[in-house]
Amino acid sequence: MKRREFLKTSLMFVSGASVSLGALEFFDVREVLAAHPEVRWGFLVDTYKCVGCGFCVKACKTENEIPFEANVTRTWVERYVTLHDGRVLADSPKGARDGFTTSKIDRASEGFEDVPQDEISQAFFVPKLCNQCDNPPCVQVCPVGATYQADDGVVLVDRKWCIGCGYCIMGCPYGARFFNPVTHVADKCNFCYHRITKGLNTACAQACPFGARQVGNLKNPDDPITKILLTQRVGILKDEFGTKPQVLYIGLNKEVR
Amino acid sequence: MVIGIVVLILLARVIYVPKDFGTQERGYMYSYHRAGNEEEWKNFPVKYRGSDSCLECHEEKVDALKMTLHGLIPCENCHGAALDHPENPEKLDIDRSRELCLRCHAELYMPSSGRNSIPGIEDVDHNAGMECTGCHNPHNPNLEEM
Repeated sequence: MKRREFLKTSLMFVSGASVSLGALEFFDVREVLAAHPEVRWGFLVDTYKCVGCGFCVKACKTENEIPFEANVTRTWVERYVTLHDGRVLADSPKGARDGFTTSKIDRASEGFEDVPQDEISQAFFVPKLCNQCDNPPCVQVCPVGATYQADDGVVLVDRKWCIGCGYCIMGCPYGARFFNPVTHVADKCNFCYHRITKGLNTACAQACPFGARQVGNLKNPDDPITKILLTQRVGILKDEFGTKPQVLYIGLNKEVR
Repeated sequence: MVIGIVVLILLARVIYVPKDFGTQERGYMYSYHRAGNEEEWKNFPVKYRGSDSCLECHEEKVDALKMTLHGLIPCENCHGAALDHPENPEKLDIDRSRELCLRCHAELYMPSSGRNSIPGIEDVDHNAGMECTGCHNPHNPNLEEM
């Protein structure tokens, strides 16, 4: 046998043998679609539009039965004030449950600081909520399988199964989780799962008078938020953690953490 | 003895762990859970019904408000979550407090934020302690028509 012929036949044999039986089956389109659901919930926050009224926080607490007086919340609004001398001040009194009604910035142990207007270079509000990460670290650390990611991307907590160990609260780099003092289990934003799955808006987004918050299906190219993120510059929080957050922000800068 | 304990634990597991507990679509790392919990969350009661549901009975009020600067504020932000209104509660508890107005109308210097374009007052200088609704009509905030 000539060398050329040998190579030819062996190549044919190898390529033929490498085709598995599975590859010869026809794909059932419905099966493929069922395995890859056409919904991936995402969220878009426009920090230019936010005025810090905190109606979103109030609505969220009411809708999701989070104790109003306890200092825990599924969503909150942060105020960032950057000064000409390079300092960055940030606060979120009571998670902005009652909005921002004073120019005095809460500096925790250092008390309150009222910055004169001519020292301020930038000042804006950043609403925060659970990022429903594609690689949720909070889910990985759960020892009992009480928190998980649904097929549509939303990370949920099973209140009957959670043992309240608090690993997930520590594991979240965004501080989005907390211990619910009423249910005694871990709690977090779930994009108002009971609302979005009925076709309603999230409580925070429907309460926002300025449209600073929007929820949408990132797998639908006609969805308003998908259109925005395909055409505009949007940012995410703590990209370096590799969590792949699905809450997108318009108007972020490096001071926002 | 040891075998007995192991059998006992395995038996307890079979009884205690629900049938629908297991790995779903996102694999063992991200979706090891009780599948029925997704339904439980979906059945959580809805409280905010949205301004469109107010239209059904209060069309006049909603339409009139829509024409004003406050038209962008959802009804339930001040009137409270509708829940099962008008059955339960029959009457909604309206928040007319000064604090509610101050959420937007307390003057803050916030360049690069929408807050700067909202007319604001200094809380301590502008009729401190009084209810805003004594002079201002929240359904028609126009200062010239006060």
